[in-house]
Amino acid sequence: MSYEDIKKPENIVYQRPALLNGNHMHYCPGCSHGVVHKLIAEIVEEMGLQDKTIGIAPVGCAVFAYNYVDIDWIEAAHGRAPAVATAVKRLNPDRMVFTYQGDGDLAAIGTGETIHAANRGENIAIIFINNGIYGMTGGQMSPTTLEGMKTSTSPYGRRIDLNGYPLPITNLLVGLDGTCYVTRQSVHTAAAVRKTKAAIKQAFKNAMEGRGTSVVEVVSTCNSGWKMTPVQANDWMVEHMFKKYPIGDLKNTVNPAPAAHAKGVETHPKQ
Amino acid sequence: MPKVIGAVDINIERCKGCDLCVAACPADVLLLQPKEVNDRGYHFAYTANPDKCIGCAACALVCPDACITVYRKKID
Amino acid sequence: MDEEIRLMKGNEAIAHAAIRYGVDGYFGYPITPQSEILETLEELMPWETTGMVVLQAESELAAINMVYGGASTGKAVMTSSSSPGVSLKQEGISYIAAGELPALIINVMRGGPGLGTIQPSQADYFQATKGGGHGDYHLIVLAPSSVQEMADFVCLGFDLAFKYRTPAMILADGIVGQMMEKVRLPKQRARRTDAEIAEQCPWAVTGRPATRKPNIMTTLELESSTMEENNRRLQATYERIRSNEVRYQEYYTDDCDYLIVAFGSIARICLKAIEEARAAGIKVGLIRPITLWPFPTEAIASMAQRVKGILTVEINAGQMVEDVRLAVNGKVPVYYYGRMGGIVPNPSEVIDALYRDFPEINPER
Repeated sequence: MSYEDIKKPENIVYQRPALLNGNHMHYCPGCSHGVVHKLIAEIVEEMGLQDKTIGIAPVGCAVFAYNYVDIDWIEAAHGRAPAVATAVKRLNPDRMVFTYQGDGDLAAIGTGETIHAANRGENIAIIFINNGIYGMTGGQMSPTTLEGMKTSTSPYGRRIDLNGYPLPITNLLVGLDGTCYVTRQSVHTAAAVRKTKAAIKQAFKNAMEGRGTSVVEVVSTCNSGWKMTPVQANDWMVEHMFKKYPIGDLKNTVNPAPAAHAKGVETHPKQ
Repeated sequence: MPKVIGAVDINIERCKGCDLCVAACPADVLLLQPKEVNDRGYHFAYTANPDKCIGCAACALVCPDACITVYRKKID
Repeated sequence: MDEEIRLMKGNEAIAHAAIRYGVDGYFGYPITPQSEILETLEELMPWETTGMVVLQAESELAAINMVYGGASTGKAVMTSSSSPGVSLKQEGISYIAAGELPALIINVMRGGPGLGTIQPSQADYFQATKGGGHGDYHLIVLAPSSVQEMADFVCLGFDLAFKYRTPAMILADGIVGQMMEKVRLPKQRARRTDAEIAEQCPWAVTGRPATRKPNIMTTLELESSTMEENNRRLQATYERIRSNEVRYQEYYTDDCDYLIVAFGSIARICLKAIEEARAAGIKVGLIRPITLWPFPTEAIASMAQRVKGILTVEINAGQMVEDVRLAVNGKVPVYYYGRMGGIVPNPSEVIDALYRDFPEINPER
């Protein structure tokens, strides 16, 4: 049997999810946002939540998330996505409501909304893309920028005496009684993508079951902002970002054995 | 012993040539076109060694632009 | 609940009226002199009766963005605050206006600028009627002068907000918020069902059924021609509101030689002054704008053809007087009298102001 012969519908093990529409994403080549968008589309499809899902888009590079995943969206003011999500979920309790936010949006201007929504235990999922930089505005320093990391507003590297310490905001959320599931993942390898998918799926499930607030941080790259190739950016992330933001579950009151929920996760949805 | 063979289709017009699939492929199947570009000017990925494909989908999983369809079949 | 006559504060009347109107959600943050709105709602626990959501947010910013989110799903949602808090809400109000979303915002004004004072004021007239936040937009601004109107304008505000898909504001002053009066509360209306919302608000973000395209609530548009089109659509809405919704009340205008223009609680004080002036043989009338935006420009312009002079009385440094002057367009002199810092003029001060500005009517001259 030849290579071309197996390209038949019955042999498909992975394909573009239907909810990811045909629009070309505006993201730079290799941007982590695309992978996470794809996962959201896959998960909403697999969970059969198309008619129940309301996404809250941030201000930042993902401001246009609504152009790519064919679900209902609200585009929030900078940092206010958790407040928007709070009202949407409380007024529509049978809906699956998630926010999608970057580190500038969630950990700087929206810190108050993030902490209070999580502290109230709003039944929402927060997807937090942490690449340590403001991508959309051209690569400025964010609260999660690492010490010494060069950005357009820390051109000689972030200095603790001037700019304070990198903010591991996800760790703060662990300590709040309102959160049920807090995890830190990445999407730089196939295995990491599978784990992130399982994590987001768990978060969406928690939101539907009214378990409290779930937070999925995805430690990500911004290769343009970091001024690297996508492959170099992945390596740099593993070497530097993971030290400050280590990967793994930080809290899981719903499913205390972290390995348990990873089982049975469909990594090849069309199989 | 059954053998697994795989194949990938790459939507070259969606590809932005980010090289992540090339790095993710454990079987050295993929490369970026060294000279040719797509309509948007990107050196898109292509199957340089198609016969090595095992259909693991690693390339497709890490692809930010969802350009890759993966096929796999067991051959007895 | 049937229609009912009760004695209560203006702030409390807003809370009762909101529940009875069938409001879906209230999101607020404490600030004097309007905290009774949130307090009354928490005490009445409408989530157990009508299902109305009531939430004390962590900030005014959060509260107005909750309103933005709730309104995006087609629900009838509201917030309330007082001057400094309303300043904080302005970004969100701009988003709500840009998103063409119905919502009700209540400002029980206190004296400013800055932290100012907790005493009454009307110093947010400019903020309310000229936009307040960034961009070209307007709110429908309703100015109650009684506890009854506090209740009535909750219903009117939501009706207009949904009719035109635009945010409405009740611009009350601390006096109307805090004073107690008899109020006739409307009978309980049912909250709209999800099916009714889907029918009445096809734009609502409710989760996408397979039968339609995604509904997206965004205020971002990078394509200039489309953004200009969005602006033109907003302006067309404002033009329709200007044509249809101007509201004001006239008192003693049939035969008046002089006109006072005043809104909110101070209009009632002016009315007392007018009655005293009339007892002294001076024919003064009153126009009380009920909608501050759209402003009763034509009514005032037409009065300017008949009267010798106009006085605006405001609890601020003279804000509405600018709109009155625009309406009058130089036909007759327009003067302003007002107090600031939380001090409210009394009727004799208003009469003194009339004598000051129109010395020909001063009997002691």
